[in-house]
Amino acid sequence: MRPLHPVSPSIRTVLGISFFVLFVVFWAWITLGGHVNRIFLADPLSMLRDGWRLLVEDRFWLDILITIWRVFGGFVLASVVAVPLGIAMGAWKPVEAFLEPFVSFARYLPASAFIPLLILWAGIGELEKLLVIFVGSVFQIILIIAVKVGSTRRDLVEAAYTLGSTNNSIVKRVIMPANAPEIAETLRLVLGWAWTYVIVAELIGSSSGIGYMIINSQSRLATGQIIFGIIVIGLIGLLSDFAFKAFNRWLFPWSLA
Amino acid sequence: MSKLLIEGVSRTFAGVRGGQPVKALMPIDLAVAANDFITILGPSGCGKSTLLRIVAGLEAPSEGRVLLDGKAVTRPGPDRGMVFQSYTLFPWLTVAENIAFGLRERGMAEKERDGIVASYVDLVGLKGFENHWPKQLSGGMQQRTAIARALANDPEILLLDEPFGALDNQTRGLMQELLLGIWERRKKTVLFVTHDIEEAIFMASRVIVMTARPGRIKSDVAIDLPHPRHYTLKTSPEFSALKARLTEDIRVEAMRTAQVKPAEP
Repeated sequence: MRPLHPVSPSIRTVLGISFFVLFVVFWAWITLGGHVNRIFLADPLSMLRDGWRLLVEDRFWLDILITIWRVFGGFVLASVVAVPLGIAMGAWKPVEAFLEPFVSFARYLPASAFIPLLILWAGIGELEKLLVIFVGSVFQIILIIAVKVGSTRRDLVEAAYTLGSTNNSIVKRVIMPANAPEIAETLRLVLGWAWTYVIVAELIGSSSGIGYMIINSQSRLATGQIIFGIIVIGLIGLLSDFAFKAFNRWLFPWSLA
Repeated sequence: MSKLLIEGVSRTFAGVRGGQPVKALMPIDLAVAANDFITILGPSGCGKSTLLRIVAGLEAPSEGRVLLDGKAVTRPGPDRGMVFQSYTLFPWLTVAENIAFGLRERGMAEKERDGIVASYVDLVGLKGFENHWPKQLSGGMQQRTAIARALANDPEILLLDEPFGALDNQTRGLMQELLLGIWERRKKTVLFVTHDIEEAIFMASRVIVMTARPGRIKSDVAIDLPHPRHYTLKTSPEFSALKARLTEDIRVEAMRTAQVKPAEP
């Protein structure tokens, strides 16, 4: 194969789908063929059957909605705090010098380790779930945005100064619009991470949500349900990512033209 | 009285990693009369762009000062419009919005802006492209927009830092004629930095030749070719004579920069 040589779109699609097919075939072979104990791993058919029953009889779609709400709630909360702070840190170096060391440190604090503390502070209600996602996302967003804003093209800033911009309008009319697509892209990335935090939050001290269903199924050895839950998370993640991408493209046509 | 006065301006860059400080610009004195078109010609790295950036207020001189209409320059401002070599249109604004940028910063109402923008779009021949993003334009069109953007602010002086340096030869020739045509009609004080000898002569009423780094003024040549100038001027005997003279001047400096010794005859 020639290195770096592009592949045609149709072959790309076929190859992409065929791995999924291979994966499912392998899964069916080891489970239906009796190569693993079905207590540990359900086969694809009973996974689908369990999933259908979950949705129809156990009102699993309510759990799905609750999880989605938690992800977006925590994520929006984190964005509202982090985006302005990140821009301020990138634009004004004294602000960066003041906050950057602490934020860099806080970024490495694992969100999941905060769960016991957050339960003490906020109970096991919705607020605690939102806070887990908030803690997990906010420092990441701040840092990435600060770096992007800090590397704003200097020649654009200089051009604006020669056109009469003041310091404040440089931030408002150059730094912010210039970095808006990057900021949106950062948020899309962090939203993906928020999906992992929410499940962790729901595994502990929860009575609803996809994560709760998964931990609940474990005690009943319902591996079909667990796998169905994991796949649902993956699908929702994929869908929200597509939607976010399309939204960004619509919002910033100039960056693609 | 001179429009622009450069008085003993020099620039020294601090040494890197404890090295010797680098002298980029020897003290320079230059007086620019109103509505003069001055080209600053020099080998690359001679500090001509640094000089222009000091006039723009984007860099501070190590010594000396710059006076525009008798007022000292301390920071960049809309009275000194600038066109850069790199494409510096704001990519998130359309052509029309780019041209209106300075007017908007000044707080001008949209209605009033629109009329001015339309006239400058017309001036640089971009009718029909008002709503295009910069990415959709060729390099020449982007620089035309940049010129319109700088002129729309009606600056006291227009500064151009090798604005056509990244364009191909044919486009560059057309851009020279366009800019010169605008200057012939509208009159404006212009400081134009280039390393292209033909461009320097064709555009200028006065060519300032700079030496290799550290830059000083080597010669100051008045160009008395008649206006309006047509591209055929570039093949006239008078033009060739000027070109021969400046080529000799600049060649010596280029060789100093490149550390090449002239071949023995």
